[in-house]
This record gives sequence, C-alpha cells and structure tokens, in this order.
Amino acid sequence: MKHILAQHLNVLRTATRRIFNPPLAGLLNIMVIGIALSLPAGMYVLLQNAQGLVQQLSGTPQISVFLSMDAKADDIEKLRKQLAQHPAVEHVEFVPRDQALQQLKQSTGLADVIGGLEKNPLPDAFVIHPKSGNAQTLDKLRTEIGTFPKVEQAQLDSAWAYKLEALLKFATLAVLILASLLSLALIAITFNTIRLQILTQRDEIEVSKLIGASNGFIRRPFLYFGAMQGLLGGIAAYLIITASLALLNRPLNTLSQLYASQFTLHSLNFGDSLSLLLFSLYLGWLGAWLSVARHLAQVEPR
Amino acid sequence: MISFNQVRKRYPGGYEALSNVSFEIAQGEMAFLTGHSGAGKSTLLKLVAAIERPNSGSVLVNNQNVGILKAGALPFLRRNLGIIFQDHKLLFDRSVFDNVLLPLQICGFDHRESAKRVRAALDKVGLLKRERTNPIALSGGEQQRLCIARAIVNRPAILLADEPTGNLDADYAQDIMAIFKSFHQVGVTLLISTHDAGVLQDARVRVFNLRNGVLQTATSP
Repeated sequence: MKHILAQHLNVLRTATRRIFNPPLAGLLNIMVIGIALSLPAGMYVLLQNAQGLVQQLSGTPQISVFLSMDAKADDIEKLRKQLAQHPAVEHVEFVPRDQALQQLKQSTGLADVIGGLEKNPLPDAFVIHPKSGNAQTLDKLRTEIGTFPKVEQAQLDSAWAYKLEALLKFATLAVLILASLLSLALIAITFNTIRLQILTQRDEIEVSKLIGASNGFIRRPFLYFGAMQGLLGGIAAYLIITASLALLNRPLNTLSQLYASQFTLHSLNFGDSLSLLLFSLYLGWLGAWLSVARHLAQVEPR
Repeated sequence: MISFNQVRKRYPGGYEALSNVSFEIAQGEMAFLTGHSGAGKSTLLKLVAAIERPNSGSVLVNNQNVGILKAGALPFLRRNLGIIFQDHKLLFDRSVFDNVLLPLQICGFDHRESAKRVRAALDKVGLLKRERTNPIALSGGEQQRLCIARAIVNRPAILLADEPTGNLDADYAQDIMAIFKSFHQVGVTLLISTHDAGVLQDARVRVFNLRNGVLQTATSP
C-alpha cells in the first residue's frame, strides 16, 4: 500500500516536471488556462457581489397600499381585517395620512414646502409585510389587493430590486454559457498538449508496451499531467481574480465613500475557490483522458 | 516452453515472412536461430512476444496460444519474457539505472527492492559503475549489455535476443555469449537469433536455420 502511494507520487513528480519542460511553454499553457478560467469565474464573483448588494438594498419586500381619499374609518377597519386575514400576509401596519405627512416633513427637510400646503395631499395607507419574498407571489398579491374596495393603488416597494434580480439572472446565464465555452477551450488545450506529450514520449511508450506495461500504467503519467496542468491553471485563475479584485477595491472604496456608503468587492469564498480548483483539475484530467484514448492506440510497437 | 505449429506470417502487401514453421523449445533450453538477413528471424521472435500475430498456425508460450491473446493480456505475457531488441530501444532521456528500472516500475516493485535488483542486473553485465551515465554515452557493446540488463532485471523465464552481437567485434560478442550461457546455466530458456556463425562454433546447442521464411532442419549438438 505504502509503495503504491510512493509510485503514484513518483508519477506525479515526473508529470509535474514535464509540464515545466521547457519551462516557458509550461508557464504559457498554465497562463492561458488561468485566463480562460478567470473570465467566467471573475464575472461570477462580480455577480455574487451585485446579488449581495441587491439583497442588502431591497431587504424584506413590502407592499404599500394607498387608499382613496374618500375612505371612511369603517372602510379602513374593514380593509384592515381583510388584509390581515389574507393567507399571504404576515402582518399589516396602518399609516394614517397625518402621520405620513409628519414623516415626510422630518425625513426630507421639505417642511417649508409642506407647511405651505393647504391640505394634506397624502392618502391613508397600509404597509403590508408579505410572508413570501418570491417575486411572482408578490406580484399576484399586489394585483389582488389593487382590486379591493377603496384601494387606490397597491405598490410593490422593491419592484426595482426584482427587475435588477431578473437582470442578474440573465447575466448569470450569460456567465454560464461563457464558462461552458471556455471549459471546452481548456479541454482542447489539454488535449493538444497531451497529444504533443505522447509524440515526445513515443519511444518510452513503445518500449514500455514491449516490456509489459499495461495501458493503465502508460496512461497514468499523461492523466496526472493533464490534471496537474488543470490544477495549476485553476490556481493561476484564482490568483488573477484575487489580484484584480484587490486592484479594483481601492478606487471602489473612494467611489462608495463619495456616495456615503461602504462597499467592497468580496473575492471567492472558500467553497467557490475549492470548486474552481477541483473543476479545473477535472477538466484537465478529462482533456488528457480524451487525448490519451485517441492517440495512445496509434503508438503500437513494431 | 515455446512451440510453433505450422505458423505462417504474411505482411500486408503479400510478403510472406514465415511459411509453415514448426518447432519446439523445451524449458531451460538454449537455442539459436540463424539465417541470412530477411529470412524471418526477427518476425519469428516478434511472434513469440505477440508483437506480431500469425496469419495461421499457433504459437504457444507456456502452453498459452499467444497468437489469439487479447490486448489486455499482452502485458502479462511480456512480463515473463526478457526481450533484447536488435535496435536496443534504450531511452536516452534517463540514466542507465533508470533504463533498467523501467520493467520493475511496470511490474510495481517497491523502491528498495527495485534498486537492489537493478544493481544486481547491472553488475551481471559489468555496467555497475556506469549507472548514473546517460546511455547515449555508452559504446555499442555497452548499450547492448544495458539492453540485456533491462531484459533480465525482472528475472524472466524466457529470454529472446534479436541479433545481440550484430554490430559488435568478436571480443564483445564473446562476452555477451558468456553472459547468455550463465543464464542458461540457471535454467532460463533462451532463443537467440544471429547471422554471426562465429559465435556458434563452440556452442553446444540446437541451431534452427531459416531460409526465406522456411525452417531448415534443426541441427542438434
């Protein structure tokens, strides 16, 4: 058991040595893989950040229900009961029109303008906290409440956030497509590198076959080569992303301070980093496997 | 140990390398295969190692018909054979030591046992002091001996040698024949092809003579 492990380590060492022989070619390969991976992974990171921002800004969604100006006290009470009993509603908060005016005065500094008004232009309103945050459910609820008697208008406060989220979903799909294409590119790079490796190792493969090497034995160093190259490419992608974000964060800090807020881009978290490395390792292995399956049979001893 | 029964080998293009070859070599026997170049000596040895397959007839090695062996079983046949190639097939990207190590790596020996065996094999052929050298720096005779060391390092029951003394002068050839005899003495079955009649003079062994792919009568000692 121990010496089998030692053998595999030995194969791994040989494979790694071959990646960097010649050194420049190996580094270029790893860089190409790293850049190809860092594009979709980097965009993924930016999207994650944007999604975090949207969630932070939108918080829990609310529906504002504005009543018509002619609503009487018992209309309001009836409506309050109707809303409170609705299965999709968590709880209901009544905002009388006078209170709303007070709040507007305090929060906007428009006291002079508002003080000059002859009468309160604001209607009574309910603020509804729904149970579900799902965009579709909320929209259905909003439409339904809009048809209730004495309701002038029902408005989804975080509608813009949902629009942005839909946009982000679209962007996520675009990233996925990009990731798939560049994964194929990574497989192709490894496929080709391994093909060249097989050509350079032709003698060794031939001799090994002649003295009784199984296909598994011959395949192993190439699979390790592909997997190792993929892994190193993944590490390169990780470094590219981390470095780029660090570069972006400084001007971003200045920018967000100008908007009196704090916002920094977060890099890949531990799970995502691990996924990136494992995925690139797997792609490298797959490219090598395909290449070996295709080309090894062509090296038959004569 | 090795048995040919009405073996015919025709290469694509119609060239018939071997026709109707039948013979048998017992366990522990040492036999020579002679004939002019192109007589089919190499083809015959390749059939034993299943590098080529016969068109008809059967080739038995250890009572196993190697002509119909599945590709997956080939490695296990070849691990029991030591093959000394006409063109040596040494690897110039590694040291003498590592060349001899390769068959043991393939069989999965552990490192310390391998190192011991490699040194024993190198000692046998007199190359122990050159283990760190690259084989490209070795003379023709030394390369030939390195090829022998690699063939014997996993102690095969059968040793096949294709023109092992081909390009060597008489002294080197004598050395190599002496090495083969020592294997014969410890019970290894040997089949050696040569066109060099000189090495056969004092050898008290059977000699198979091939002429244009046809086996002439074997001469017994």
